[in-house]
Amino acid sequence: MTVGLTETFEEPAFVPYLVAGDPGYEDSLAYVETLADAADVIELGLPFSEPIAEGPTIQEAIVRALEEGMTPERYLAFVRELSVETPIVCMTYYNLLYQYGDEPGPRPFVRAAARAGIEGFVVPDLPVEEADPLRAACDEFGLDLIFIVAPTTEGARLARIRELVSGYVYVQARMGTTGAREDVSGRTAASLARIDGWSVPKAVGFGIKTGEHAERIVRAGADGIIVGSALVEIVASGEDRAAVTDRIATKAAELKRGALAGDE
Amino acid sequence: MTAPTEGGRSARTEADGKYGAYGGQYVPEALMPAIEELTDAYERYVLDNEEGFIDEFRRRLADFGGRPTPLQRADQLSARYDREVYLKREDLLHGGAHKLNNALGQVLLAQYMGKDRIIAETGAGQHGTATAMAAAHLDMPCEIYMGETDIARQRPNVFRIRTNGAEVVPVTTGRGTLKEAISETMRDWAGTVENTHYVIGSIVGPHPFPALVRTFQSVISEEARRQARDRIGRLPDSVVACAGGGSNTMGAFDAFRDDDVALYAVEAGGSSLGVDQDRGVAPNSASLSTGTEGVLHGARTKLLQDGDGQIVESHSVSAGLDYAGVGPELAHLVDRGQVEPVAVDDDDALEAFHRLSQAEGIIPALETAHAFGYLETVSEGQADGLGEVVLVNVSGRGDKDLETVLEETADRELSVAPNMDVLRRAGGLGGGQADAADQGE
Ligand SMILES: Cc1ncc(COP(=O)(O)O)c(C=O)c1O
Repeated sequence: MTVGLTETFEEPAFVPYLVAGDPGYEDSLAYVETLADAADVIELGLPFSEPIAEGPTIQEAIVRALEEGMTPERYLAFVRELSVETPIVCMTYYNLLYQYGDEPGPRPFVRAAARAGIEGFVVPDLPVEEADPLRAACDEFGLDLIFIVAPTTEGARLARIRELVSGYVYVQARMGTTGAREDVSGRTAASLARIDGWSVPKAVGFGIKTGEHAERIVRAGADGIIVGSALVEIVASGEDRAAVTDRIATKAAELKRGALAGDE
Repeated sequence: MTAPTEGGRSARTEADGKYGAYGGQYVPEALMPAIEELTDAYERYVLDNEEGFIDEFRRRLADFGGRPTPLQRADQLSARYDREVYLKREDLLHGGAHKLNNALGQVLLAQYMGKDRIIAETGAGQHGTATAMAAAHLDMPCEIYMGETDIARQRPNVFRIRTNGAEVVPVTTGRGTLKEAISETMRDWAGTVENTHYVIGSIVGPHPFPALVRTFQSVISEEARRQARDRIGRLPDSVVACAGGGSNTMGAFDAFRDDDVALYAVEAGGSSLGVDQDRGVAPNSASLSTGTEGVLHGARTKLLQDGDGQIVESHSVSAGLDYAGVGPELAHLVDRGQVEPVAVDDDDALEAFHRLSQAEGIIPALETAHAFGYLETVSEGQADGLGEVVLVNVSGRGDKDLETVLEETADRELSVAPNMDVLRRAGGLGGGQADAADQGE
């Protein structure tokens, strides 16, 4: 297993998420590149038609990206075209990984992703029970495989995830689907406590919206914060590219500052 | 009800939730603990009858549900097709469809598990209705997710669900049909799983749902097999059932799997077979006949998808068959050659709807009408493996479909459709295209 992504968590990390191709290919390139200044890792969504783990904000972003013609092949081209140093993690659903290429299973996509410069995967509909083929492919091509630990994950499940995870562990702050919230979940500290001794960094996501949230989460023991819907909402505003770019940069800086403040 | 005692059929592949390459558990981590809990409850209460679960389930299915349902000889169809046609009358089960077998089982199981809230998706509204009824019967609060397209085309069931005291949550994503309703119910469950049970409506989803739902639905074929022995003195040569997700289908097949009985799963052929890659739609719901292997809603199965693996929008005139996936166990049996998938298109299903209504005095659900459409196709001289005695599963009654049938029939040339002039003259063709067309004349 690689430790590539682990190294990026030396200081509290800001891990933003956007959907590739939302609202269109060129705009999306600009928005992702804007994030690169503040971001330590970028989770880049490859849109799937049935995103069962997403709330309305990200669902709508996925619809916009699909309508503008985003496909797995274009996604790889998109990643190659990005001029960022920040590591990119592909976040998508298993069927797209499974269908790509001429042999069934995730290997062809992982190989292509590695060539395009992707450094890891998060696959929300792939629990450890079904993850062996993807883990093997990631090992073969030197990619990290991030798993989600939910508030309900305990006991033997935690042990199994600990065995398979690499890069960082995605700590789901609350039950439910993705979406920005007005408060941070009280369950985060308990979730972090359950994985206290793990060697991989712990990044907390689901509901984080402000720098103040970010600060509190890092103070509770997180090594990083993952923010999706609060950024996707800015893209969804429909303002022109310059305005959206500006607001994304401001929000990203606020979140990164918050994360750093939590470490003081 | 449970398989282990019924000899022979215990050699199932379900222990790990895999049916050959199909099945599995492709769901968010947050749901996995609940799915493990459900697997445990399935094994203890349903398979091992702990705390007398199965005894209570059977008693309630009889007293509340009206089981057993009859096995009836269809006299006119038998004459028409020159063979013995028998009907398993699941349309006479409380609620008007086979759906109650599963809904009652799962709501009761939720109660044994100490859950205090029920959610479910519905397409045709039959599963929603059955779940709402079971929840009222067992005094549990209940919310039903239903696509907006389906709310419009299955209005009577929306009334029934609301009348039974359950909430209906409209789903507006995508085409607003069963696929989106399942996705949205899974999203609800991801947030509420600690106190809520998701009563999935067919043999789809992550393990243990396909096994659990099939076990509850097997009562159909267990009864039918016994009734056939008693009434006809033999088993049928074939069983025909429509297939959306495939719960009435597996329910009707299960007890015949070790017999020399041909099993036909009739899918919705819609307006034509095949996937339109450019538009990302399949004008059908024939995932068994034309689908390819992939992962949807928690299971690996046969799907309607494009070359990239995006799930395409399906179509059928019947809301309950309008789904891009199918149960993994059924997909597996098709691959093994134990179940024959066939497709019947919208027109033939509508004709069959009218034919059964007129010939036998049974108004079938549009889903069910597909099964009868297949009998007609065969009688037109195609290859025939149906044999001399055919058992058709009448999965549900068609009251919910009358408005849809009126509109859809007005749009087509159907030889058997009654003319509705009497309604038209009285100005009683309310709403819909039929009315609009009329005023234009
Ligand atoms: C009467 C009837 N038959 C069949 C179906 C299809 O479901 P399944 O394939 O799970 O039996 C439905 C679904 O709503 C239904 O209402």
